[in-house]
Amino acid sequence: MANNTPAANDDHEVLLEMRDLRIDGRRDDQWHEIIKGIDLTLHRGEVLGLIGESGAGKSTLGIAAMGYVKPGCRFSGGRITFDGIDMLTASEEKKQALRGVRIAYVAQSAAASFNPAHKLIDQFAEIPVQHHKSSKAEAYADAKDLYSKLQLPEPEQIGFRYPHQVSGGQLQRAMTAMAMSCRPDLIIFDEPTTALDVTTQIEVLMTMKDIVEQFNTAAIYITHDLAVVAQMADRIMVLRYGELVEEAPTRVMLANPKQAYTKSLWAVRSFRKTSVLKTQQQATQPIISVQNVTAAYGVLDILHEISFDLQRGQTVSVVGESGSGKSTTARVITGLLPPRLGQVLFQGQALPPDYRQRSKDQLRQVQMIYQMADTAINPRQRVREIIGRPLSFYLGMDSQQVETRTRELLAMIELNPDQFIDRFPSELSGGQKQRICIARALAAEPQCIICDEVTSALDQLVAEGILRLLDRLQRELNLAYMFITHDLATVKAISDEVVVMLKGKIVEQGSKDKIFSPPYPEYTEKLLASVPQMNPDWMKQLIAQRESRS
Amino acid sequence: MLSIIRLILERLGLGVLVLFAVSLIIFLGVELLPGDLCQALQGQSATESTLAACRKELGLEQSAPTRYFHWLANIAQGDFGKSLANGREISELIGVRLANTFFLALVAAVIAVPLSLILGILAALYRNSWFDRSINVLTLASISFPEFFVAYILILVFSVQLGWFPSLSDVSPDTPLLERLHKVFLPALTLTLVVMAHMMRMTRAAIINLMASPYIEMAQFKGLSRSHIIIHHALPNAWAPIVNVVALNLAYLIVGVVIVEVVFVYPGLGQLIVDSVQKRDIPVVQACSIIFAATYVLLNLTADILSIATNPRLLHPK
Repeated sequence: MANNTPAANDDHEVLLEMRDLRIDGRRDDQWHEIIKGIDLTLHRGEVLGLIGESGAGKSTLGIAAMGYVKPGCRFSGGRITFDGIDMLTASEEKKQALRGVRIAYVAQSAAASFNPAHKLIDQFAEIPVQHHKSSKAEAYADAKDLYSKLQLPEPEQIGFRYPHQVSGGQLQRAMTAMAMSCRPDLIIFDEPTTALDVTTQIEVLMTMKDIVEQFNTAAIYITHDLAVVAQMADRIMVLRYGELVEEAPTRVMLANPKQAYTKSLWAVRSFRKTSVLKTQQQATQPIISVQNVTAAYGVLDILHEISFDLQRGQTVSVVGESGSGKSTTARVITGLLPPRLGQVLFQGQALPPDYRQRSKDQLRQVQMIYQMADTAINPRQRVREIIGRPLSFYLGMDSQQVETRTRELLAMIELNPDQFIDRFPSELSGGQKQRICIARALAAEPQCIICDEVTSALDQLVAEGILRLLDRLQRELNLAYMFITHDLATVKAISDEVVVMLKGKIVEQGSKDKIFSPPYPEYTEKLLASVPQMNPDWMKQLIAQRESRS
Repeated sequence: MLSIIRLILERLGLGVLVLFAVSLIIFLGVELLPGDLCQALQGQSATESTLAACRKELGLEQSAPTRYFHWLANIAQGDFGKSLANGREISELIGVRLANTFFLALVAAVIAVPLSLILGILAALYRNSWFDRSINVLTLASISFPEFFVAYILILVFSVQLGWFPSLSDVSPDTPLLERLHKVFLPALTLTLVVMAHMMRMTRAAIINLMASPYIEMAQFKGLSRSHIIIHHALPNAWAPIVNVVALNLAYLIVGVVIVEVVFVYPGLGQLIVDSVQKRDIPVVQACSIIFAATYVLLNLTADILSIATNPRLLHPK
């Protein structure tokens, strides 16, 4: 790897160095190598992007910089040197003194990583106070200063709130502020914006980049999103299965990826649905017709007068930020949440508002696939039971028929029946679990499938496989999809029609071409403008644009 | 804050309802016994006329619902009626005994609760160390032996062989506090050994359960010490399960002392209930049952309220 010379930072001092680093993870009572001899060099003030799919070892490598491995893992070889300190032989006390002070960490889920029992500012002040760097009063003053630098609203007061009292984007910024509390030399950002909406993500990214530049902090930026890393990093390392695939300065890497795997990552966003001739279908009766639905949790209206149709063989994408009412719409259609006003028609017939009053046949027609395949399937059931249950429940098949049909369905979702039929969910990868969920939905032989963020938790390559599968099944079985997502790239890839939602209302709806061509309504434009582009100058330009406007 | 007050009021209402149901069950239970109080009192010597006179005196000729509401109304005013065995006011009889039982429970709780919490925290802190293992073995062993066995062992060691503490806890209302403490030490120690395992293990489990959560990992990445993490980050979130187990065990200290009181001949409520059952002194048994039930309900109520009140989401709504 000696030829991987960092371009712009040769003259800087080396801050972090890993040589032939090896980490083992324990699985099935055996040690497996999960980091297989990685070299990494980081200079002061440099931002290094680590990119790869889940399981590539990005996070493991990131936290290894602190001399830390997760429980069930161990360092098995190599060397980590942080500013002259050997992190593998340093005592626990010595590493503890570095953590939070010279090396800080920003986690993926700020909501889970803040302690619910303490105020934000106390969790901030804890670091300098416990490390005897400053008094509590000084830490408080510094926190407020950083909060304002990170453009948090009401920087004087916001720290005195509890984590559940502020929004996700604000929490993520508060966590970045917390990481800055001792002005560390190095911050590890572990997928810090993955859980955020695009519109929030861009604001958080901007403030993070800004603060890192202001204090000349070095950073390791871990993500699976290429467009994000393009904005943040000076240099990118692509990892796969614990090995380095390729390393280059950001612009070089984006312009000219060398390895086939890197190219395939770059190519992911190219998938487009095979377009069907829509015009012939316009005349037919919609499968599902949502008419003037207003729905509420308690007394608060969450949906306001929602109307749209799902046609046979078509995909309607419902786009919006979290809290915009996308999933609530799905709950109304499936009967989990009876609407306060309006109705849902199935092939022209009104469906009973409450799923308990629907017949088995009505229930069968609308199936769901969820974001988290992990929680949507019973971990104690084998694949044959998971898929077989709807077959016997809805279609009354006997065990022989169930067996035959389960095998057919497995073949349909491109999993080998002999290999997979007796597996437990824990023996499947994320993408395979989602495929099982698709097979389970198909087992009921529905006319319509609601896909709720089905690819959000998956790596891009895997997600693309799922999208292609869904597309093929749609063509073969003439299914109608309602596709809930916040990812506009996915929307572009799979939709026929698009519904844009904001705060429980539909702000725009129409064919994909219409939605994605100007003129845009204000909100759609904001959504589109917030999607990170692969161009590394994109964020700078956007900031400049926003500044000139204000 | 308002929502918490509402919750507390709701729980209080539920508690009263439970007590009401318990009183009904106690009353019906006695009603279901064959014969009545007067037959029980007079036994073989009963004649029709003495029975009738007795029933009239005790108001037994009235219908069951009337007697129930009468009894309930009296209890609500603190009047439990008279003991059949000696004709004394039950409230008077119970008063001293109840105070003794509470005193013993208090002494046991003051030893057991802090000790279990500290041991639980230490066990979590040094998980899987020899300390953790031995403390687990010891507490489990002490909970596995029957109370009377533990009590006799303690008597054998501390009273018979070492002679440090008396084997009889015969306190009277005018025993001075220090002597009283000295006398109840062995029963309190017995109770402590019995209830400690449960509380200590729950504290340990609740903390260890939280140690896997992302905010604990974050605290580690902040370079905080392990003890700071456990006390400041894990413990505040572990209160709910711990408080519930503590309350359950406190209730046991009051309600479950029967055997220990008998072994140490301690004049508490447990002794009284045993005596009264033997003497068929049903009004006293009823009164004791109500008091035990009230203790249970009150302590569990407190646990409920505390575990709600320590939840920051409820304490600081959006």
